[in-house]
Amino acid sequence: MKNCLVVDDSSVIRKVARRILEGLEFEIVEAEDGEQALDACKRHLPDAILLDWNMPKMDGYEFLRSLRKLPGGDKPKVVFCTTENDVAHIARALHAGANEYIMKPFDKEIVEAKFQEVGLI
Amino acid sequence: MTPQDFDYLRQLLRQRSGLVLSAEKQYLAESRLLPVARKHGFVGLAELVAKLKAAAASPLSVEVVEAMTTNESFFFRDKVPFEHFRLTILPALMAARAREKRLRIWCAACATGQEPYSLAMSLKGVGPALAGWRVEIVATDISTDVLAKAKAGIYNQFEVQRGLPIQQLVKFFSQVGEAWQIAPEIRAMVSFRALNLLNDFSSLGTFDLVFCRNVLIYLDQETKIGVLNRLARQMPSDGFLVLGAAETVIGLTDAFKPMADRRGLYVPNTPASKAAPVSNVLRFAVKA
Repeated sequence: MKNCLVVDDSSVIRKVARRILEGLEFEIVEAEDGEQALDACKRHLPDAILLDWNMPKMDGYEFLRSLRKLPGGDKPKVVFCTTENDVAHIARALHAGANEYIMKPFDKEIVEAKFQEVGLI
Repeated sequence: MTPQDFDYLRQLLRQRSGLVLSAEKQYLAESRLLPVARKHGFVGLAELVAKLKAAAASPLSVEVVEAMTTNESFFFRDKVPFEHFRLTILPALMAARAREKRLRIWCAACATGQEPYSLAMSLKGVGPALAGWRVEIVATDISTDVLAKAKAGIYNQFEVQRGLPIQQLVKFFSQVGEAWQIAPEIRAMVSFRALNLLNDFSSLGTFDLVFCRNVLIYLDQETKIGVLNRLARQMPSDGFLVLGAAETVIGLTDAFKPMADRRGLYVPNTPASKAAPVSNVLRFAVKA
């Protein structure tokens, strides 16, 4: 079973994402901000990361840049999932090493399509 | 809706579009046609059907057919046909048409345009190998409403997130408010036309490749056979036909035959194609 780290400061979003991803047979670990997520990745690198942009302490963009510098940090497939829905943010995310990008609001079909796109399903 | 009214609608749809509406699809007719009835200020579907009966050849009947035809579509739908396009069809046709450098592609039920635009984006991805080529994509649909949307090339956030890789979104789309519009150079590659597949389409000319996906499933046996046989007459012996995942030519016509190991891909079954092209196609596919 593949595992996915869901990083979002909203407990509602984490709950929705968990339900969708468990339905796609992922094991879920949750983090509330970039710092927690980075600690989790230092302990164990997940197969996938569903990543919010705006969060307290460390945002998704900074987390991604730090993740990619970790040993083996290029392995996890990172899918942003954010309300930052403009081309400039998308381009920055891709440049920093994001694999896919979901613009909120999202549904199961979109998450499934994006995870398929990066070969996670 | 009374059973008599529903029967009348089923008959009308079958005659006009070939659409076969099974008896249990009354809910679908009601949900799709109530907005049409409201738009015209009718009290309910009974009044709508009464107006249709009074003038079956009216613009209202066109609206009814359009409302009932399924328009679901998304970019790179099902993935596999687009892999066939990139890895099998294009290499074969580019080798076969190397002298004239001309290709004609037809999307025979393009709905809101995602399929022809996906092909256009794939062609852009080929790069310099297609420099100097004249590639024409003709996209048709029975519904003028969906064609208007297709021509505009404007899609909402949900539509661009179903099937379209994010790199392609950034590369080929620009933001228009909350929506996304496909680039003018991609729109310019596709010409859209209204067309009912039940009518004669020989004036469109011949096509090296026909995408006719998720149309036949809505048609009755006899209509399917007719459409396939007429498609075959619009294609050269080394052309390609792509059908939907739930569709086939088997048991319907000998005009096409399936390509081995290429699900959904068919080639004309002419004496010429029996002699050579299939093996050629496979050879080019291996090279690609």
